[in-house]
Amino acid sequence: MSDKKEALFSKKNLKLVKDPLDDNNPITVQVLGICSALAITVQLKPAVVMALSTFFVMCTANVVVSLMRNMIPSRIRIIIQLVVIATLVILVDQTLKAFVYDVSKELSVFVGLIITNCIIMGRLEAFALANNPWKSFMDGFGNSLGYALPLIVVAFFRELLGAGTLFGYPVIEKLGLYELGYENNGMMILPPMALVTCGVYIWIQRMRNKKLIEEN
Amino acid sequence: MQDLANIFIKSIFIDNMVFAYFLGMCSYLAVSKTVKTSVGLGLAVVFVLGITVPVNYTLENYVLKEGALTWLNEGFSTVDLSFLTFILFIAVIASMVQLVEMIVEKFSPALYSSLGIFLPLIAVNCAILGASLFMQERAYGTIGEATVFGLGSGIGWFLAIVGIAAIREKIRYSNVPPALRGLGITFIITGLMGIAFMSFMGIKLEDSKKEVSTEEFVQVENNETKIN
Repeated sequence: MSDKKEALFSKKNLKLVKDPLDDNNPITVQVLGICSALAITVQLKPAVVMALSTFFVMCTANVVVSLMRNMIPSRIRIIIQLVVIATLVILVDQTLKAFVYDVSKELSVFVGLIITNCIIMGRLEAFALANNPWKSFMDGFGNSLGYALPLIVVAFFRELLGAGTLFGYPVIEKLGLYELGYENNGMMILPPMALVTCGVYIWIQRMRNKKLIEEN
Repeated sequence: MQDLANIFIKSIFIDNMVFAYFLGMCSYLAVSKTVKTSVGLGLAVVFVLGITVPVNYTLENYVLKEGALTWLNEGFSTVDLSFLTFILFIAVIASMVQLVEMIVEKFSPALYSSLGIFLPLIAVNCAILGASLFMQERAYGTIGEATVFGLGSGIGWFLAIVGIAAIREKIRYSNVPPALRGLGITFIITGLMGIAFMSFMGIKLEDSKKEVSTEEFVQVENNETKIN
């Protein structure tokens, strides 16, 4: 660990934020945190709430674990990380229940599942245990943005094509497309279409970014 | 009995962990390259789910729920510890996984070496915690129902991962567009499998009706053979 003073927003630190958005996206490249990402993308609102919750849990957990990194015995580190994450998730869950009860009902078990969202565990293991708090914060920030991006894009298309609304606002109806014979594609609301939409997202991303292409 | 069978079938096919709720997707995508390893992981998941769901059910009903502590002392009848659900469930799961790992290592080294790396992974498999949380949300009546639900969702997950692994082994010989190779095509195939599994939604689990329909079917078949 280098003790040299580094500028807070040096190139290296900014890279920590920028990388996860595309080259090293947690969902489409690292393949972490897919479970929750797909299940709550029927509408934009729960998707945004989910992204915010993950953002909070991830940044805080990264900083806390990074502060404790020299005290944690490596044998029991997983259970310690789980306890830190679970505590934060309880905070989020109680807050959601208190202020946006209907959204929290909609998310049902998926708030609890932030605990086992592998993206958080993965970043703690891979980054926070070996880096100082500020860098870990930047890493958490970047990765939760990278998590939010596909989530919101997929939710945008599924809500627009499936229900014709955005955040519950009837966009298609206001544009008057129904009178021209347009109809909602009810299939987009079904769970399997989340997977297909996400697959198409990955496809487009990899066509733009050739170095991500896999060998089968 | 019929209730149990109902829950069992429902948790395997209709409420399938992977296709209906996207739980356990991370390990589902990461460990489905060959059938052999996916069978190992699938079995481990069935096993752990079969243990943790009933254990968490007991905790939920005798410790966490509002008034659940009444068996200790009448004065506790208003205590509601349900905000501790997450931390307690995950602790049970992590320690159960550790325990299972130690037991398997002691009694079956061969199984251990094939499951070895997957067991710790299971602690953070969302299907496990998800099953416990669904168990809590749906409020099953007896511990038997909870156990059957746990095993059923485990088997559903097992079927899904073995199926996708078999397809991925075959797809190596096909010409997939380069940008779609690997993750992308796996997503889309899973989506198609999900659509196939959705056809189970129409199943009505009532014995009497089923018998009638099979009788009719047999009659129709007999008629056909007569004609021939």
